[in-house]
Amino acid sequence: MLWPRLARSLLRRPLTDAPVPPLPETVAGLTERLQASARARLGRSLAIRAIDAGSCNGCELELAGLQGVVYDLERFGLRFVESPRHADVLLATGPAVRNMGEALLRAHACMPEPGWVVAVGDCALDGGLFRDSYAVAGGIGAVLPVDLVIPGCPPSPSLILEGLLALVEAES
Amino acid sequence: MTGPASRLILSAAPRGDGAFTLDAGAWAALPAALRQEPELALMALWADGARVHAAFRSLAAPAPVIASCAVEGGRFAALSPARPGAAWFERAIADLWGWQAEGGSDARPWLDHGRWAMRAPLSPAPPPRIGEPPQPVFLPAEGEGVHQFPLGPVMGSLGEPAHHRFHVLGETIVRLEVLLGYTHKGLQGLWRGQPPLRAAPLVARISGDSTVAHSWAFAGAVERALGIEPPPRAIALRGVLAELERLTNHLRDIGALSGEAGFAWPQARLGALCEVLLRASEAAFGHRLLMDRIIPGGLAADIALDGREGLRAALRLVAAELPALRDVMEEHASLQDRLSGCGVLRPEWAALLGAGGIVGRAAGRDVDARRDLAYAPYDQHPPAVPRASASDVEARLALRLEEILAGIPLIEALLEALPPGEVSTPLPARAGEASFTVEGFRGDVFCWVALDEAGLLAGCFPRDPSWLLWPLLEASMENNILADLPLIARSFNASVSGVDL
Ligand code: SF4
Repeated sequence: MLWPRLARSLLRRPLTDAPVPPLPETVAGLTERLQASARARLGRSLAIRAIDAGSCNGCELELAGLQGVVYDLERFGLRFVESPRHADVLLATGPAVRNMGEALLRAHACMPEPGWVVAVGDCALDGGLFRDSYAVAGGIGAVLPVDLVIPGCPPSPSLILEGLLALVEAES
Repeated sequence: MTGPASRLILSAAPRGDGAFTLDAGAWAALPAALRQEPELALMALWADGARVHAAFRSLAAPAPVIASCAVEGGRFAALSPARPGAAWFERAIADLWGWQAEGGSDARPWLDHGRWAMRAPLSPAPPPRIGEPPQPVFLPAEGEGVHQFPLGPVMGSLGEPAHHRFHVLGETIVRLEVLLGYTHKGLQGLWRGQPPLRAAPLVARISGDSTVAHSWAFAGAVERALGIEPPPRAIALRGVLAELERLTNHLRDIGALSGEAGFAWPQARLGALCEVLLRASEAAFGHRLLMDRIIPGGLAADIALDGREGLRAALRLVAAELPALRDVMEEHASLQDRLSGCGVLRPEWAALLGAGGIVGRAAGRDVDARRDLAYAPYDQHPPAVPRASASDVEARLALRLEEILAGIPLIEALLEALPPGEVSTPLPARAGEASFTVEGFRGDVFCWVALDEAGLLAGCFPRDPSWLLWPLLEASMENNILADLPLIARSFNASVSGVDL
């Protein structure tokens, strides 16, 4: 039966981890970018659209983990949305593979201002191990202007969260 | 192995490790012979610059047999008229090497979307590409009221890029066709000519969720080609790594399936259990997804001193919670309603494409490379191979649960009997050719390598099970409703990156 178990899990300690504060330097850097570009501030809530630009799907596994109960994004005002039209942040993973270039540009073009771009993973940074391939344009920066890079192969959910919280801080 | 196709292959010139070199005439006779021997399933078809190779196996003889043939004038006889699964491989060969499969059932480009600077990038002198990228062509579906519905390449949630072209009649799907290639990274070009240890990180990123399985298949093939054995401790730990990967992926898939069906509670609990395992994996092996742990020659590093204890504690948590979760999911009528009878794969199709893994076993096929090929350490620790016959989403979910429950004692046994000693041996530099198959969480992962005199990779082809899962998913979508796509697709969980390479 589901109900007794639900009731019991309500009484237990939550599974969610305590939050990690973002690095002050990252926040300062982002705030500077924000001021320099005179972009509209969004307040303490961000809608995120993840887009796979050619990843090995390792980064996606950690993004999926980030959406689970252990990290509980919504308590920070962060949430994943289904359409780039509803998104403040484009979270791009993988190297910018040539076959995805147009889709990546189109997804970004759909976004409302300011349209933050966060590159997640070593591939998204500069193409990673795949950088010299005929099929790869480079990192996400080869196709879109990148505001924040979260390195790692793949970066753990807590690292990704830290980066996103820095964005929230810079925005507020 | 007594049918006409087997006889044709086995009577050709042997090269060792189950590989045979056929002359052009014998290869051209293969399709007709294959039609008379339906039990011989095609595992993979690939090219290496001078030859085409096809790997086969049957339920009775699960060790792969490889037929190879030198390619003259950029043409070879197609196998797709006899084996529908060959069509995807032939299209990939045409896109990457520029070789045409004569008489093939499908000559449309697939990996090449017209976005690279050249055509046939792996051929010795790739011609430059000129002109606009072409529009993809899809198979037609005719009938009154049939219309098209395009979806992708940017997919919802965290789906990998793929274009789905549906022909629908109202809500009912008449035909689904999937166009992949959107994550093609050009891996085969990147590892060509590299020493195996430099290629290993690329292999580990063929499909992030199967990093252990692909690394193991590659390492196994390299070791076999060089005639070396990794130390016993490395072999036992490879088993632990592979089983951990199976567990975490199954936990994710079950959670996602129940979430897609609108039942969020198991998804939350299973997600937490998965995180527990990932953290224990990181503490024990230094990487949450266990990437780059298996390398040719053994392991990159030994298990951490207290790693065993951490893993055992994590496994105990999973073992304690899972039976209760299973009961809830089995009793929850609205979940059963969504899953049962949904996305049925006809057993004839599963047999025709030689489906393995969860999808094959849910269709009643008795296959599991760990047991059938009994590679170490599974020769000492034979796994249980649960099967089902309903061949629907529910059966695939139930099998995943069974495999988790069977996997926990397996890991514990492997950890208990961990032999002492080193975890890697050096690789000699010499020529060789071999293949190796391991059972990943999706099914059998096959890898073939050829090393030149200097011990560098002259060729390497890793075949993810998804090569066969995509065509099977297309077939299973027929007559289902559009709204069930996420559910059915997740129950197959075919990898995009693993096929796009
Ligand atoms: S950064 Fe690593 S995990 Fe992420 S897409 Fe690249 S190779 Fe995969």
